[in-house]
Amino acid sequence: MLLRHTTALEIDRKALTINPAKTCQPVGAMFAALGIHGCLPHSHGSQGCCSYHRSALSRHFREPIMAGTSSFSEGSSVFGGSANLVQAIDTMFTVYKPEVIAVHTTCLSETIGDDLVQIVSKANEDKLIPEGKYVIHCNTPSYVGTHVTGYSNQVAAFVKFFSTATPKKRNVINIAAGWMEPSDMREIKRLTTVMEARTIMFPDMTDVLDAPLDGHYKMYPTGGTTIEDMKLTGDSKFTLGLGQSCTEDACIKLDNKCKVKFEMLDIPIGFKATDRFLMSLSRHANVPIPQSLSDERGRLIDLISDSSKYLYGKRVALWGDPDTLIPLVEFLVSMDMKPVYVVTGTPSKYFDAKMPELLKDIPEAKFKSGELADMFRMHQWIKQEGVDLLIGNTYGKYIARDENTPFVRFGFPIADRPGHNYFAKTGYEGGANLVKQIMDAFLDHYDRTCLEEKVEFQL
Amino acid sequence: MEKKIKKELDLTNFTDEVVAAYPSKVGKKRAKSIVINDPDSIPKIQANVRTIPGIITQRGCTYAGCKGVVLGPTRDIVNITHGPIGCGYYSWLTRRNQTRADKPEMENYIPYAFSTDMQDSNIVFGGEEKLKQAIREAHELFHPKGIAIFSTCPVGLIGDDVHRVARQMKEEFPEVNIFGFSCEGYRGVSQSAGHHIANNGLYKNLIGNNDNPTRKHKYAVNVLGEYNIGGDAFVIEDLFERIGVDIIATMSGNSTLEQFETAHTADFSLVMCHRSINYVAEMLETSFGIPWAKANFIGADATAKTLRKVGQYFGDQELIDRIEVVIAEEMETVKTAIAKAKAKTEGKTAMMFVGGSRAHHYQELFTELGMETLVAGYEFGHRDDYEGRRVMPTIQIDADSRNIEEITVVPDPTRFNPRKSEEELAQLKEAFDIEFNEYKGMMTDMKKGTLVIDDLSHFEMEKLIELYKPDVFCAGIKEKYVVQKMGIPMKQLHNYDNGGPYAGFKGAINFYKDIEMIACSTIFKQMKAPWENEAFVTAEYVFN
Repeated sequence: MLLRHTTALEIDRKALTINPAKTCQPVGAMFAALGIHGCLPHSHGSQGCCSYHRSALSRHFREPIMAGTSSFSEGSSVFGGSANLVQAIDTMFTVYKPEVIAVHTTCLSETIGDDLVQIVSKANEDKLIPEGKYVIHCNTPSYVGTHVTGYSNQVAAFVKFFSTATPKKRNVINIAAGWMEPSDMREIKRLTTVMEARTIMFPDMTDVLDAPLDGHYKMYPTGGTTIEDMKLTGDSKFTLGLGQSCTEDACIKLDNKCKVKFEMLDIPIGFKATDRFLMSLSRHANVPIPQSLSDERGRLIDLISDSSKYLYGKRVALWGDPDTLIPLVEFLVSMDMKPVYVVTGTPSKYFDAKMPELLKDIPEAKFKSGELADMFRMHQWIKQEGVDLLIGNTYGKYIARDENTPFVRFGFPIADRPGHNYFAKTGYEGGANLVKQIMDAFLDHYDRTCLEEKVEFQL
Repeated sequence: MEKKIKKELDLTNFTDEVVAAYPSKVGKKRAKSIVINDPDSIPKIQANVRTIPGIITQRGCTYAGCKGVVLGPTRDIVNITHGPIGCGYYSWLTRRNQTRADKPEMENYIPYAFSTDMQDSNIVFGGEEKLKQAIREAHELFHPKGIAIFSTCPVGLIGDDVHRVARQMKEEFPEVNIFGFSCEGYRGVSQSAGHHIANNGLYKNLIGNNDNPTRKHKYAVNVLGEYNIGGDAFVIEDLFERIGVDIIATMSGNSTLEQFETAHTADFSLVMCHRSINYVAEMLETSFGIPWAKANFIGADATAKTLRKVGQYFGDQELIDRIEVVIAEEMETVKTAIAKAKAKTEGKTAMMFVGGSRAHHYQELFTELGMETLVAGYEFGHRDDYEGRRVMPTIQIDADSRNIEEITVVPDPTRFNPRKSEEELAQLKEAFDIEFNEYKGMMTDMKKGTLVIDDLSHFEMEKLIELYKPDVFCAGIKEKYVVQKMGIPMKQLHNYDNGGPYAGFKGAINFYKDIEMIACSTIFKQMKAPWENEAFVTAEYVFN
C-alpha cells in the first residue's frame, strides 16, 4: 500500500494539513502572468519559490516556464529586498527584454513588509525601466488564500495597471478567464468565433503553454493577451468573468475603473455551464447562437445517453479548485452521477453556497473547503465508504492504486500524463472529451478486473 | 567506424560573447564563474556565491536542500514543514527518491505531505502553538518513531523557535525523536546551505544514538550522498549484498532512522555526492574514526573501481575475489550493451549542468559511450567540487555562508576508534592510490579547453546551444522544454526523465539505452512541415 498509514478513523484535526488540496499564492500569479504577451513573471522572494513554481508549472504543461527571482539573502531579509528588486529589473530588461515584468511577492517579502510601489518607482527614477516597457506588481502572501487567490490577484493587477477607458466604447466583450488549460481557453475562443462575437480574453495561455515545436525557442511565445488589448478592455461594452474565485476581483476592478459592467459565470464545463455561457454571450454581444452549436450540444447529449447505463448512480470523489469543481459537480449530477465527496483547500463562500444546492438530492454527499480540507481527509471518507471514480490531479493516483478505483486526471498539477493542455474540457466538445475519459476509466478498469466470463464484446 | 568528435570547437570566446550582453557589473561578476579548463593547472572558478537577482538561475533554496534533498528520502520520519502551504507542497513526491517498505507494517511516509499551513494570524501572533498541535496530531494519527520540523522563510523572520518546540514536544512524547531544522529559504545562496544544515542536524540528533546495527556480513560500509533517484540505491544495495558487505546507512535513499542512528558503527564511508554529505563524512571520521573516500557508482568502470576500493580497503582476499567475480559477471553484459549503443553515440557531444556532483559523475557514462562533454557546471557546487578539496583552506567565507552554523565535532569519548592507523591509510594510498578524505573535483577529469560554468543562467544556456549545438544537453525540469524547443534532445539528470536506475552496472546499461534512444530518435527531424522545406510551385485553378 502506498498510503499505508491512512485509516477510516478521523480525528479532530486543528493544525496538521496532510496531503493538501491547494498550494500557495505566488504560483498562481506566475501562471496568470504567462497569459500576457511578452510578460516575464518575477518572484520577489527567496530563490526557492521561483524554482519550485517554475518546476511545478513545467512539469504540468511540459512547456518552458520563464520567471525571474529577487534571490533574497539573509541580509535582504533583514534590511529589505529593495536593492534586489531594482537590480533584478535592470538585469531582466537588459538581458531578457520583456515588454512587461509582472512582480509578485512571497511570504518572505510580505512578512518583512517590502513596499513594491516604492521599489518600482525607485527603479523608474533610476531610469531602469526602458521607454514603453512596464513593471506591474501584485501582493501574493503565501499565508493568505491559495494558488487560486494568487491567480486572481495577478489578473486584477492587469486591470489595475492596463485597462483604460476612452470616450470611444467598442462592441467587444471581455472574457476574464479563470484557471484552466490553454486547450480550454482555445475552445472557449472557438465558441466565440462560431458565435461571431468580438472578444478579448485575458489572460490567454493559448499559443503560450501549448507552443509548437519548430526548432525555434521563443522566450515570449506568440500567444498571450497583448498589452494593447489589455488596455482596450476598458472600452469594451461588457465583461464575462469565468470562475468566481479567479476573476471576480478583476471584473469588479474593471467596473469601478472603466465602468464596464460584468456578469460572473462558471467556467463552461458540462452542458449546463456551457449553455449559460453561450446564452450570456449571445445576450451581451447581441449575436444569435447558431444551429451548429445546438448540434454540438446535441452530440454531447447523445454521447451521455449512450453511456448513461454506466454513469447512473456512480459515486465520485473530487478534489481541486472551486471554479472548476462547481461546474464539474454540476455536470456529474446532470449525468445522474453522485459526487459524494468534494474537497478544495481554497476557501470559497461561493463553493460553500453552491455545493448544498447542487448536491441537494444526494444526502450522503460531503464537501469541505479551506483550511484542513485536504486529500487525507477525503481519503479517510473513501476508507469509510468507497467510491466508483476519482477525479482530480496527479496526487490522486496513490489513492486510485490503493483503493483499486478508476481515476480521471483533472486540474493542477497533472505531472504524470501529457496532453491535458491539448484536449479541452470546456464547451460541449470538452464535455464529450470528459465523458469519454470517464467511460474509458470505468470500462478499462472493468475489463481488466472482471471475471473472464463477464468480458463483453459490446457496450 | 571510428568517428571523430564532429567539430573542433573553440570555446574561448564564449565568455566575451555572454558578458557583453549583461549590465556591466553583472557581466564582470559572471565572467569569474566561466573558465576554460586546464587539468594540469586548474584555474580558479567563482562558485557558491549569491546569484545576481533577475538573471534566471537554476538554483533553489536552503529548504529544498535540507528537506527536499537530504532528509526527504527517509521513509520512517514524519517530516513536517512549518510554514505556508507551498514549500511542503512542492517537495511532495517531486524528487523521485524511491522507497520500499517490504512489509505492510513497516513505515513509509514518503507519499504524504505534512504542513502546518501557516495563515496570516500565525504570522502575526506566532506559529509555535500550531506547530505543537500539529506534532500532537501527527503523533495521534501515526505514532511515528521520528518527527522532523523544517522551517520555511517566515518562520525565521517572525522568530518561531522550532528547536525549542522540538525539545518541549520530546518531553511530551519521550518515545519519539523530535528535532528541527532552521533551513529557511533565504539562508545561504542555494540548496547547498540546506545540505550543510541537514548534515549538522543528522549529526546532532541521530548519528550515534544506537550501537546495535542489524548486521549480516563481516564488513560494513556507509554509502553517503546517495538518494535513490529512480532506484539507484537499490542497485547499489544489490551489489553489496552480492559481494557480502553490509551497508549500515545509505544517506539517505530509502533510509530509516535506525540507519542514521547506527551509521557510526560502519568501518568505511563511501561518499557519492560530495557536495551534499561531505560534512557527515568528516564528522564520522573525526568523531568515530571512520575514514571516507570518494566513490562513484555512475558508470560501469567507475562502479568497478569503487567496488575494488572496498576490497582493497578491507584487504581480505576472499572479499577481493568475490568482488572480481561480480565485476566479471556484470562486465560481460555491459560490454555488449556499450558496443550496441556506441555505434550510435560515438563522437557526439554533451553539455551538463546539474547538482553538486552529477555534472562530474555523468561524464563517466558519456565517456563510456564515446561522447565528449564540452561544457559542464554545477548548480550549487563549491570551489572544492570543481577544483578539489585542496583549495578549501583558501576559500573565502562570505556573509552568505557565514550564517550557516558550524558545529564543533570532537572525538567521541568512548566510541572513537580509528578503523585504520595513519600508516595503514598511507600504505593503502601508496599501494592502490586510494585517496582518503579527499575529492579532487570535476575539473581534473575534464579535458583541456573544455568550458566550466558555475550557476549557469538561462541566457548563457541559450547562447551555449546556439553557438555550439550539442547533441544532448543535460540539466533539470526547468531547462527541459526550453532546450527541446530549440530542437536539441534534453536529458534530465535530476529525475532521469522517469528513467533509471542509472547507478551500478545495470544502471549504466539503462543509461546507454536511453542515450542511444536519444541519438536515434527521429522526431526532431520532423520540426519543419514538408512545404516549409522546399520551394513550392504554386498554381491556381481557374473557375469560370
